[in-house]
Amino acid sequence: MQRIGVFVCHCGTNIAATVDVKAVVEALSHEPGVVFATDYQYMCSESGQTLMREAIREHKLGGVVVCSCSPRMHEATFRKAAAKEGLNPYMVEIANIREQVSWIHKDIKEGTEKAIILGRAAIAKVHLNQPLQAGESPVTKRALVIGGGIAGIQTALDIAEAGFEVDIVEKEPTIGGKMAQIDKTFPTLDCAACILTPKMVDVAQHEKIKIFSYSEIESVKGFVGNFRVAIRRKARYVDEDKCTGCGICTEKCPQKKVPNEFNMGFDTRRAVYIPFAQAVPKVATIDANYCTMLKTGKCGVCAKFCGVGAIDYKQQDQIVEREYGAIVAATGFNPLKPTQYDELGYATCADVVTSLELERLMNAAGPTAGTLLRPSDKKHPHTIVFVQCVGSRCDAENEKGKPYCSKICCMYTAKHAMLIRDKYPDTEVYVFYIDVRTPGKNFDEFYRRAVEQYGVHYIKGQVGKVVEENGTLKVQASDLLSGEQLHIDADLVVLATAVEPDKSARGIATMLTASMDTNDFFTEAHAKLRPVESPTAGIFLSGVCQGPKDIPETVSQASAAAAKVIGLLAKDKLTCNPCVAQSDELLCNGCSSCERVCPYGAITYSDKEFRGPNRTTLIRRVASVNPAVCQGCGACTVACPSGAMDLKGFSNRQIMAEVDAICKM
Amino acid sequence: MQDVKEFRPTIVAFCCNWCSYAGADLAGSSRLGYPADVKIIRVPCSCRVNPLFILRAFQRGADGVIMAGCHPGDCHYTSGNYFARRRMTLLFSMLDYLGIERERTRVEWISAAEGAKFAKTMNEFVATVTALGENKRLEDLRCKK
Amino acid sequence: MSHNKNAAAVEEVLRSSGVDVRKCMRCGKCTATCPAFDEMEYHPHQFVYMVEKGQIDKLAASDSIYRCLSCFACMERCPRQVEPAKLIEAVRLHVIRAKGANHLKPEQIPAMLDEDLPQQAIASAFRKYSK
Repeated sequence: MQRIGVFVCHCGTNIAATVDVKAVVEALSHEPGVVFATDYQYMCSESGQTLMREAIREHKLGGVVVCSCSPRMHEATFRKAAAKEGLNPYMVEIANIREQVSWIHKDIKEGTEKAIILGRAAIAKVHLNQPLQAGESPVTKRALVIGGGIAGIQTALDIAEAGFEVDIVEKEPTIGGKMAQIDKTFPTLDCAACILTPKMVDVAQHEKIKIFSYSEIESVKGFVGNFRVAIRRKARYVDEDKCTGCGICTEKCPQKKVPNEFNMGFDTRRAVYIPFAQAVPKVATIDANYCTMLKTGKCGVCAKFCGVGAIDYKQQDQIVEREYGAIVAATGFNPLKPTQYDELGYATCADVVTSLELERLMNAAGPTAGTLLRPSDKKHPHTIVFVQCVGSRCDAENEKGKPYCSKICCMYTAKHAMLIRDKYPDTEVYVFYIDVRTPGKNFDEFYRRAVEQYGVHYIKGQVGKVVEENGTLKVQASDLLSGEQLHIDADLVVLATAVEPDKSARGIATMLTASMDTNDFFTEAHAKLRPVESPTAGIFLSGVCQGPKDIPETVSQASAAAAKVIGLLAKDKLTCNPCVAQSDELLCNGCSSCERVCPYGAITYSDKEFRGPNRTTLIRRVASVNPAVCQGCGACTVACPSGAMDLKGFSNRQIMAEVDAICKM
Repeated sequence: MQDVKEFRPTIVAFCCNWCSYAGADLAGSSRLGYPADVKIIRVPCSCRVNPLFILRAFQRGADGVIMAGCHPGDCHYTSGNYFARRRMTLLFSMLDYLGIERERTRVEWISAAEGAKFAKTMNEFVATVTALGENKRLEDLRCKK
Repeated sequence: MSHNKNAAAVEEVLRSSGVDVRKCMRCGKCTATCPAFDEMEYHPHQFVYMVEKGQIDKLAASDSIYRCLSCFACMERCPRQVEPAKLIEAVRLHVIRAKGANHLKPEQIPAMLDEDLPQQAIASAFRKYSK
């Protein structure tokens, strides 16, 4: 029988207020095998750990039970402390009496009783614990960044600067993402392209960075340090190595009527195109949905004009398999399409636009060359109404919108209003807001400048109805401070639509086995202390895929994710989880049930020699588990019909012992 | 005879480490209460839960057993919860055949972000099992202390 | 503030409407939407706010409760599912019940009919003037 020590933590008053700690110590000290039991103010503190180490030494403890907070919090702390004293770290078990007892039960008697039962269950388990040795696995010194927006660009640059290889996979023909479409950035009003495009060039020229543009993730296998990713390089019908980006094909292509998605559909492009002048890689792409040659086999103009013979109508999708040590999700966002708000008229009125569309209408490289003209009649608008929170901050039951605040809309609307008033002082600008939220360095000052210096009319209220009448937008809105209903004749209405995670993120999260919240944002490992890591080891989060962010925040989070990746890739070996499956060869009947359910292919079968009766030998087919590949889910243990397969650290006997301790008899 | 009003059920909850156990932690840190009758056993994945564990719990006098895992498609181990779902479906129909009330067993998908759902589920489950009363059919009287 | 005096009335209005006034984030979209704005002394968002503050007597005394068209645009467009129209209806019902009589009886309808009167207005009138 193990010699077990029990340590009950007060956690200040977090536990001690609703659990009678002394009574727990008293009750557990009489459990079989318990030779030492005590309580302490903060077990996780330096002196708490010292107390535990001294007890291990003095009482020759073979097992330790700590009744404290969740094992997800401090299991590693206590295991490390035990290891320092020479006790195998896997001989430590935690009874969670904070999250599962003291924080949720108000009655001391009830809480104490439950704490004792949870302590008993942990003691019963420790009796059956075996010392486990963690194995090691190598680390592939290359990182994958999914998404080539500003988040992915920054992460890739930082990792590459540290000397590691990075691949960027971007589904569009060019990297740059949303920032490439933006005109100016708040609160300093730098031109977005001027600060982004040099970074894009850095990426293109960095010898450690490889860009897979117009590519998507096909599958992800493996685990931290050893991911195997299949990348689908979609056919762009242009040889990337040959194309010089001269653009002659994009001028000669006779198919001129393709909506230009980079300019939000306000103008057209050709079927063969380069999204914008500073695209990286600067390579043409043929849009198979519009190319006459690909659709009918009759055209071939681009191939005729291409001086380097880069056009290849027979190109096929290619699957490339690459290995990585770490993966960063930087899948970004899209603004919500507000077509579901009939009252705001986005679907019916040409002059009701979203904020990102306005960015293109104001951008010098946009469809109007930077002159603000409204889409319907290309005239200069004199009255502009901005509507805040379109699709943001809705009730959780409301299917039209999102429950969260999109965070960036207040600031970019102030920016738009300010830029318009600056350039066109004859324009009246109204902003309808619910709250103006401007936390951030120099943000509130920026918003106040829009009001005080530029005379933007900020009105506390919302727009209820937008109707088009003879080219004018009749806007009906409330002014809550004056208690009036306003009727404004506007030329242009701009909707600050909610930020929405990119649609591809859900599928990618499933492939990465990274968890997501109900809004399809990636979940971080800890909301405060591990904000750039996914709970899945080796997966990191960068940018808006984790939650709404502006550019400065995105960049700092991208660099933080890079720092975490560098920390991982700098290691030569990773310690594996020793709680892996193990097969008892003598019990194994060779049925292959376990092999079929293993999600990692960690189980293999081989013929082995066994000693039979009367000095004979038998050859039997038995399972064996590769401990470096096994992740310890335990699916095989239940599938095994002969009980040969068991999971270390969570063995059948250990779990049964816990069940017995919890149940009343 | 035990007084019906005094009856407090014994409930065993198997929670997967990645979603539901974290959901229980979130319920705790958000101070969302549920009855102390629920005792949680941490398993790496819902697919680690052997139907035998559930039978063992009933044998040893549990009044209800709930298993909680990641949402379908969100399993940390890609497919574990699908195995768990199939196994539990089979087990529950066997329990049904044996005359054990369906309501004594339950499978629920609770993510790490769903502390409120964890507390709500446990409150509901305890209420349901309390209404059913003591589990006598599967109790093994030889195990009685 | 007339909070305590009206506690029972507030309770009744909240219960009969099923509205959770605390969900309101004071955006004012209901009032922006309201086609009867000019006719009303208190506007949809004020109903939500004043019921929360317990000022039912003011609302009950105002003829705003009869000016509401029961078009439910505010309910449809509220981003927080607060449903102000249900609240206005509940205050109206509270007043009508206190008076104890229906203001509109089915037998009066034929005499009031004219060609331009939409069917919806009659349905709406029944909502407004009956218990």
